[in-house]
This record gives sequence, C-alpha cells and structure tokens, in this order.
Amino acid sequence: MAAKTLTIDGKQITAEEGETILQAATEAGIKIPTLCHLEGVYDIGACRLCLVEVTGTPKLLPACTLKVAEGMEVSTDTERLRKYRRMTLELLFAERNHVCAVCVANGHCELQTLAYSQGLDHVRYEYTFPKWSVDNTHRLFGMDHNRCILCTRCVRSCWHIEGAGTKNVSGRGGKSRIITDLNQPWGDSESCTECGKCVMSCPTGALFKKGSTVGESVRDRDKLEFIVNAREKKQWNA
Amino acid sequence: MILNDLNQVKEKEQAAQKKIVLRCCMAAGCMSSDSKGVKEQLEKAVADAGLQSEVEVRGVGCMKLCCEGPLVAVDPKNELYVRVTAENAPSIIAALKGGKANVEQTDPDAAFFKKQFSIVLANSGVVDPERIESYIAADGYLALHEVLNEMTPKDVVETMVKSGLRGRGGAGFPTGLKWGTVAKSPGAKKYVICNADEGDPGAFMDRSVLESDPHSVLEGMAIAAYAVGADQGYLYVRAEYPLAIARLQLAIKQAKQMGLLGAGIFESPFNFNVDIRIGAGAFVCGEETALMMSVEGKRGTPRPRPPFPAESGLFGCPTLLNNVETFANVPAIYRKGAEWFAAIGTEKSKGTKVFALAGKIKNTGLIEVPMGTPLRTIVEEMGGGAPDGGKIKAVQTGGPSGGCIPSQHLDTPVDYESLGKLGSIMGSGGMIVMDEGTKMVDVARFFMEFCMDESCGKCIPCRAGTVQMHNLLDKILKRKATARDLAKLEELCDMVRNTSLCGLGQTAPNPTMSTLRFFRNEYEELLQPDTFGAGATHPQTVTK
Repeated sequence: MAAKTLTIDGKQITAEEGETILQAATEAGIKIPTLCHLEGVYDIGACRLCLVEVTGTPKLLPACTLKVAEGMEVSTDTERLRKYRRMTLELLFAERNHVCAVCVANGHCELQTLAYSQGLDHVRYEYTFPKWSVDNTHRLFGMDHNRCILCTRCVRSCWHIEGAGTKNVSGRGGKSRIITDLNQPWGDSESCTECGKCVMSCPTGALFKKGSTVGESVRDRDKLEFIVNAREKKQWNA
Repeated sequence: MILNDLNQVKEKEQAAQKKIVLRCCMAAGCMSSDSKGVKEQLEKAVADAGLQSEVEVRGVGCMKLCCEGPLVAVDPKNELYVRVTAENAPSIIAALKGGKANVEQTDPDAAFFKKQFSIVLANSGVVDPERIESYIAADGYLALHEVLNEMTPKDVVETMVKSGLRGRGGAGFPTGLKWGTVAKSPGAKKYVICNADEGDPGAFMDRSVLESDPHSVLEGMAIAAYAVGADQGYLYVRAEYPLAIARLQLAIKQAKQMGLLGAGIFESPFNFNVDIRIGAGAFVCGEETALMMSVEGKRGTPRPRPPFPAESGLFGCPTLLNNVETFANVPAIYRKGAEWFAAIGTEKSKGTKVFALAGKIKNTGLIEVPMGTPLRTIVEEMGGGAPDGGKIKAVQTGGPSGGCIPSQHLDTPVDYESLGKLGSIMGSGGMIVMDEGTKMVDVARFFMEFCMDESCGKCIPCRAGTVQMHNLLDKILKRKATARDLAKLEELCDMVRNTSLCGLGQTAPNPTMSTLRFFRNEYEELLQPDTFGAGATHPQTVTK
C-alpha cells in the first residue's frame, strides 16, 4: 500500500491508497457532513451531503466513494457546497413529515443535528405533507415511513451485516419506501431475525424500538398510590 | 461457416431475387395500422394472379415516413404506396402489369427521402429482418469476417478511433476511446452491453433499428467484443418493445445456427454469445450503471462513477456499453473504412444521426442525416414544416434531458457542440417539433413530471428536488406563483443539476432551464404580484 499525499481544505495530509476522501479527512480531523454513510456498511453516495469540490474536475463528487489520489486538491467547505447542503436538507424536511417535537429521535437525530450544524432555521420549500403509514406489526420494532429519509442504511446493514435480507426498497422516486420481505407487514416476516440492526442504523426516528415513542409513554401512577397508601394507611402492599 | 459459405448464401439469395419486389413495412408503426393484413392480402393477390415466379412480397423494416403508413414500395418501379389497406392489395397487384393502382402514392424522390443519408438505416426497409440470408445478401457479416481474419483487436480499436464515431446514446463520448479503455482494462472476463432501453418521450430510433435490421446491431456487438476481448454480450431491451425483442431473439438464433455467433465464429478462436435482458419499464435503467445493476438482477439504481464501467462494470468486470445506433454504425465502418466514415459530417461530429421526427410537423417519421445538417433543413424541407400552415415555435431535442431550440436558431447545424451551446443536447435522437400553440411552461412541466415519476429515488436532489420543481412549475401555470417562486425554481435547477448522482437528475432541469432562457416572458406573464408588498423583508437563512 503506497501512501498518497493530498490537500484537503488547504491542509496537506497523507492517506493510504484505497482510502476514501471521507476516511482521509476524518483521520485528519476534517469533518464532512454525511447522512447515508454508516461506519461498517458499504457506501453508496446517495445523500449528496458529503459532496466535495476537486480541483480539475467540473463535477462535485461524494467524499464517501471518492478514492484518494496523489496530489489531489479537495475543498469540503466552500460557500457553494454549504448552500447545496442546506438545500438538500431543506428538501428532505419538505419531503416527508418530520415533526421533531413528537419524534422518538428528538435530540439524537442525525437529520436534526445536521440541520442545526448547517444553520438551517427554516424550510423555504412547501411541505408536501404526504400520507405515509406506520408499520407496528412487529413484536419489538416499529417503522414510521413519515420519518424515513431513504438513506437505505437499514437495508444495507440488514443485507450485509446481519445477512438476513429482510429490508428492501420498493417503488420509484418520491414514492420509494422501505419494505419488509416482499412488501409484507414486518410482523409477518419470516426472514427477520429480530436482531435490531436496522433500528440501530436508522439516522432518524423512522425505525424505533417499541415503547420509546411519545404515544407509548405512560405515567406510572401506581407508584404514587403505593407511597400514599404507605404514608396514610400504613399499608406496604406492592 | 467460412467466407465461402457466406458468399454462397449471398449468391443464392441474390439468384433467388425475383423481378419485382413489393416491400411491405413490418415495423411496429405500420403494423399498428394493419400492415400485416396488407402483406397477407398482397401475397394472396400475387398467388391469385399467378405471379409467384415474378413477384416477391417482402416484409421489411421501417420505410421512414411513419405518418403515412402502412407503406408498400414497388421495386424496380420506384413507387411508394401510402396508407395502404388490405382491400387495396388486388389493385396494387393489377397495376404491376401497367395501369394505375387506386391507391395513394407519395413521391419517393421527395426531400424527405432525398435529403437522407443512410448508414444506420441503410438496410431498414430493404432487408427482411426475420431472415438472416436477406442481411447477408446486403453484405452482412462481411465486416465481422474481415475483422476476425485480417485485423488484430488493436487494429480494430484504431480504426474505430480514426472513424471519429461518437456515442449515439446522447452524450457523444468518443467510441474509439471507450473501446480502447475497455480493451486495456485488465481482466480475464469482459462484457459488451447494448443499451436498447430507449425511453425518451417521442423517440423511436432504436426500436426501428432493432425491428428493421437486428443483425447489424449483433454484428456491431461482435466486432466490439473482439476489439475489447469480451466473450459475452447482453442486449438490454425495454419490455415495451415486444416486436424488437422477438426479432432479436430470432436473429440471435439464426446467427448461432450459421456459426456467426457462439463458439468459434468463422472458425476462429473467437467466441461471442449474446443474451437478451428485458427491462421492466424504468427510464433510469437507460443510465449505464443502473442498467448494469438491472442486468445483474438487482434494483435498477445508478451508482457514483468513478469507477467507470470500462474499469469495473457488470459483475465488477470491465464492460463496454454502447447504444443501439452506435453498434449499428459499426459494420459499415469496417466494411467501407474509417476514412469513408470520417469524411461524413462535421469536424467534431462524424457520420450521420438518426432522428425520430415527431410533434407538430407534416412528415413524422424516421430520418437519418449527416451531422451538421441545419435544423431548418430537417424541420422545414424534410419535415414539411408545421401542418396546416402553422408556424414552428421551437424544436425539442434530447427528450427530458434536452432543451428547446427556438425558431430563430433553426439554422443551427445538428452536431454535439452546436446543440450543447444552445443549452440542449443531441440526445439519443428524439426531435419534437412545437408550433405557436405550444405553451413552453407546459412543456417544461411535462418533462419535469416525467423526471419526477422516473427518478429512482436514490439521491435526494433528484428524488425530492424534481418534486419541488414540478410543484413550482405547476404553481406558475396555475397563476399562483410570484417572482420569488421563479427565483426558487432557478436555484433548484442549479442545485439539482450540480448535485444529483446520475445523468437523470443532472439533466432533469434542462427543459426548464432552456425554456427559461429563450421563453422567459412566458413564465413572467404568469407570475402574480408579491402579496407581501414591495420592499417587505422576508426571513433569510442564517449562515454560520
């Protein structure tokens, strides 16, 4: 493996042959925004957030799939790239129903975090408010298509880490959606191993563990009754 | 099969040639208006008149003037009957002995035919696409023989470079350069793929070539395979072309039986097999990386390039991917020489281009013209201008990836560079003519809707951006948009063009951008005054 030297954002760095720009930049402490990238599963260059400018190439290229080359000059944070990244995120927010306040992922959502980091304070595009369903048929997990950004991280981890091949994509364009087996309810899936890797992979609240949603949160009033009984009636019954 | 056998087939076919040949169009266009019935009745009328020994009724491919179909041509009398019905058959046969048939004719020497220059369509409308002998009689497979016996793969690539042929799928990448790259890519297994997933609205060039002359494409693929060192080819045809698929299957079978495909072609060590893969109706599968995914049996979505298919393509092997028309050019280049081909066309665009002429124009159909032919010649002289004396407003080339060229630019020569300068593209050859009644914003919305529906959904700019652009165009058309919406639309056009993953998204804004460039007034006329009032401030995105 020959080492390559290249420049990212004016910083001279070295990288191993075969590494991607994203890997090289991360090693050098340069942060490039990503969304469909997930450490451990192969990259597909779909979300277009990690697009970078390479001197001598007219096209913008995704850092997650672009391999390092000797003498390459890469810019990851130009005004133009920042503008496109914000627009990409705006498009995502307008595409489906992302309502942070009632989302299981509120506070630990990659889409939300990215939007903050890119200075996105409002969406200029008209929300499309599509009608998407929620698949709650599985014993342990749920899938809310309203929050899905189609990054396919769940599909890739299901196929290439778990090897179950349960998750897939059906449909085209904006009508694409993540399906289970041959578009069956998740609960009926025979291939799902219930490993939960898809839930771990999800950057938003589209895939979640049951019991964690706002709607499912319960108030344990029994506890209150226990204490009141103990204090007033001196009854210590559980 | 060796050269002698090939020549024998040719001589036998030529000897069997009858004095009079009635060529009856059996391509999809004419067949949709019962040319099959016409052919059957012609055969019956010939039998009834006892003329079987003198007259041949031959089913042939497209005879180009599709709007006047079904077409029947009479050789050697040089007559071309139009809009023939099955009932006309006896009259046509009776006229063979002199007299005039009671069927409308058109002038085979009219500008529509005379201005054409046929390389790709040379056999179209002449040979019987369902008989390999007919193709061989027209010097078919001679080029393959010469290539295999007298040229090294390197020579073959060099000849292609010299010919100056550029990819006819739309982008115009130099074919010789592509062949050379695949030939030089290391790998024991390589593939050749023919892209026959023609999907642009209004385009039917590739379909016609496949229906009319399938062997020329197979021969072109075999020559390409020899040049790059491949032994397996795939023809990716869309399922909407059942007749093309049937004729290709038949052609492959016949070529295999004659030893012109398969193992040890022309008794050389060269093996080449071709299989058909049928597309399931996704426009994006015309994009090369998505097409290869589909051939592999996966969901047809594109992937970022590099790596390019020439380096890592089908099943990770070096793959040569050319379009139908590109392959159909190949046999003629080797039969007649690279110099001959390079002398046709312009400095940077060699050869001819086939266009499917459609829309508001008198003569719709298939035309093949030398590169550099002015649009005006195509539209006004060959196409006969707008019907009913209308005025032509614009010509759309390149389908959903192309643009509209306004009538003041009709003198533009048709070549890759000139069309590119006008914000359109050569494209695969769809040419839609629009008259004064066409609303350009409507056209932009139509193509945007097409791209929105056909986006694969993998990358965000194309998937969500086309939806927003379509909604904005719709808003403008409904007279609900303001100047700010138009600015938003233009900003999105720029963003989707520069950030989308594949050609579909990168070119989806083209029809909108080109109509904005030449017909901006039509957009502005529809805009409403800003309801917030002049000078009002609106929230801006805060940047860090």
